[in-house]
Amino acid sequence: MTGASASLEPVLSITGLTVPLPRGADRANAIEGLSLSVGPNEIVCVVGESGSGKSVTASAVMGLLPPNLAPSAGQILLQGEDVLKVGPARLRALRGSRMAMVFQEPMTALNPVLKVGDQIAEMLEAHSGRGGREARRRRVLDLLGDVHLPDPPSLAKAYPHQLSGGQRQRVMIAMALANDPALIIADEPTTALDVTTQAQILKLLKELQARRNAGILFITHDFGVVSQIADRVVVMQKGRLVEEGSVDDVLTRPRDPYTRMLIAAVPRAEPPPPRPRSQPSAPILAVRDLTKTYGGRGLFGGGRAVTALDGVSLALQPGETLGIVGESGSGKSTLARCVARFVDPTAGHIRIGGDDIALLPTRELRPYRRRVQMVFQDPYRSLNPRRTVGQSIIEGPMNYGLSKEAALARATRLLDLVHLDASALDRYPHEFSGGQRQRIAIARALAMEPDVLIADEAVSALDVSVQRQVLELLEDIRERLNLSILFITHDLRVAARLCDRLVVMLGGRIVEEGATAALFANPRHAYTQALFAAAPKLRFAQA
Amino acid sequence: MPSPIPSPLASRLATLPPVLRHPGVLFGLAVLLVVGFAALAAPFLWTGDPILLRPRLRLKPPSSTAWLGTDAYGRDVWSRVVYGARVSLAIGFSVATAAVLIGLVIGLVAGYLRRLDAVVMRIMDGLMAIPSILLAIAMVTLSGAGIGTVIVAIAIPEIPRVARLVRSVVLSVRSEPYVEAAIGAGTRLPMLLIRHVLPNTIAPLIVQGTYVCASAILTEAILSFLGAGIPTEIPSWGNIMAEGRQAFQIAPWVILFPGLCVAATVLAVNIIGDGLRDALDPRTARRVGALR
Repeated sequence: MTGASASLEPVLSITGLTVPLPRGADRANAIEGLSLSVGPNEIVCVVGESGSGKSVTASAVMGLLPPNLAPSAGQILLQGEDVLKVGPARLRALRGSRMAMVFQEPMTALNPVLKVGDQIAEMLEAHSGRGGREARRRRVLDLLGDVHLPDPPSLAKAYPHQLSGGQRQRVMIAMALANDPALIIADEPTTALDVTTQAQILKLLKELQARRNAGILFITHDFGVVSQIADRVVVMQKGRLVEEGSVDDVLTRPRDPYTRMLIAAVPRAEPPPPRPRSQPSAPILAVRDLTKTYGGRGLFGGGRAVTALDGVSLALQPGETLGIVGESGSGKSTLARCVARFVDPTAGHIRIGGDDIALLPTRELRPYRRRVQMVFQDPYRSLNPRRTVGQSIIEGPMNYGLSKEAALARATRLLDLVHLDASALDRYPHEFSGGQRQRIAIARALAMEPDVLIADEAVSALDVSVQRQVLELLEDIRERLNLSILFITHDLRVAARLCDRLVVMLGGRIVEEGATAALFANPRHAYTQALFAAAPKLRFAQA
Repeated sequence: MPSPIPSPLASRLATLPPVLRHPGVLFGLAVLLVVGFAALAAPFLWTGDPILLRPRLRLKPPSSTAWLGTDAYGRDVWSRVVYGARVSLAIGFSVATAAVLIGLVIGLVAGYLRRLDAVVMRIMDGLMAIPSILLAIAMVTLSGAGIGTVIVAIAIPEIPRVARLVRSVVLSVRSEPYVEAAIGAGTRLPMLLIRHVLPNTIAPLIVQGTYVCASAILTEAILSFLGAGIPTEIPSWGNIMAEGRQAFQIAPWVILFPGLCVAATVLAVNIIGDGLRDALDPRTARRVGALR
């Protein structure tokens, strides 16, 4: 906490900002009468769900709004200067020198064909000029050192694709800092990163902000991140500010019902008491020594082989929910896709019931497809946009010989099970929200009456309030149908809530496994401990 | 905010009207309609016999009896140009249809069946490496001139372009989760391609088809001009110009009018292609709509 900034003049002061949406949108204004301020040496978090207007706010401040969005009222004062009134040349001068932005996707926000050192130097050159080439080079190296990147001289010569996600985000931060801006806007800067990397980047931002006296407008959807970094919090809902206050006030004594609902929806990293379980019987799914190697073959092959899965073994009991947690590149998605046989394993065994399907040729797989069904991460891409919900749900059962009437009757029952109206059958996916689409995807998977349901980051793309509803739905149907679920996630909090047992993956191997409560109470492997330590700590009111 | 994905019905209703309001597309459609009407109704458009030789009326300038003048054999240029539209349009549309259909099948197969991909696409690369005019000249020389030969000769080098376009769409669609979900639901390959992959290729194919059509009309004209295309007894815009070449300086009208027709038709088809591309792409459709 820095706190002592209240008396100083704010770096950024937004008053009465209104940005209308184009006609035909679901509401009149993207932002309505928004007022907020960021003091020097202060981190203000703007929290909200998708569509709350938080990213539009960031774009408005940077003058980066798309042409069909133009502010209709209010002012945005950057150190006393209204950025809504200045011309394009002045705006360009302000961007980078007095305000700078760190974007969500470090993969796409850097130019892939320029060396990172040159990209930072360009920022310096475009603004202050900063002396000659040699002075700029020294400054670039200083900046890379400031963001704790190892070996700045060689790193400056690297291209973005040679760096990890975390390193790229550090480069983005170095670029943002290049001209000592008074205001840094960070739009979900850690959302695309693993938790351990996220923790490091948050620490870095906090450290740099304190050292440089900059104000940070930090946009996030994650209350865990808020509680780690914010001095003050602004909660937005549908373009309006619904609550504002110090981080402690908002998190421990939320006044607005929407804030309370949001905070209550955040899953706790505390496993609920274990479900009563029947005695272990024969596993419904048994994976043994599963290995998947990519590359190293092909016509012009000889490329290097990458081992995505390295001798993985696990067993799923009937009615059990087994969580597979790990960071990106740990092999957890490859494992799911091997079990569903969307990719062919290189070696090993996958037993479903009694049959080993690991190395079965595609032709002979068809009878087994039915028994393993998957719910995908992105609800916007997992339903064919050109087919009605009904067509999508009945496709599978009809492939296996069910009549259309029977399949439709089953689809209607399943829609009811996932709390959707039967009228949804004749509608197209784009008419539904992300959470509703994920329910449809679950209904589609259940229509096959599978033995095993694989949920591959199935709630990761959803807002917390929607995420909670989908998790509740999964809890409900697994009880009713005695469903066995392989639940893949990077989010320990979600895993804690739903899973009976957990498997922790790192580099294609399982490094630890155990009952959820036991694992949370006493992680043994060093990596698991690091993962738990990095997960955003919550200091919330008890809802 | 997530961008809504339009349903087929909604997108059809939402994109077609703006297309028709696009000024370029209107112009293109108008030109094409006029040319098409002329081709169909050729005998009723005050035309005479397009191949009737009238030695006494050689190289007459445009007049009330011969609207566009006559050529070196005294044939009526108006009649020849109007009948020539039949050849140009027939070749343009046949080549576009053939190249799109064959390229679609090859592209689907190559994009989806990875084992065939390397082989099929190397063959396509080989085809693309052959200059289309040379290939056509060789084919016409070997099998004799005729509309059929010209259509085949022009279509073959266009197939790889269509196949590559379809393949790239298939490659991007096949990794979509909804395609994997359909595989997981036990959908067999032909159904998978027809239901889930094919619809995504329609819009780019229509656009590519217009470009193929324009280029075929142009290539036919070039081939006929070089004497390697349509036999001289059938009037086509290309061979009218070829025959007008010798007398160009004293009778420019023989080349001018078929030349204008080729230019206007190719331009019209290309403009329609551009308009369709804008209208069928959800990102630019809004801009087209905003023109209203």
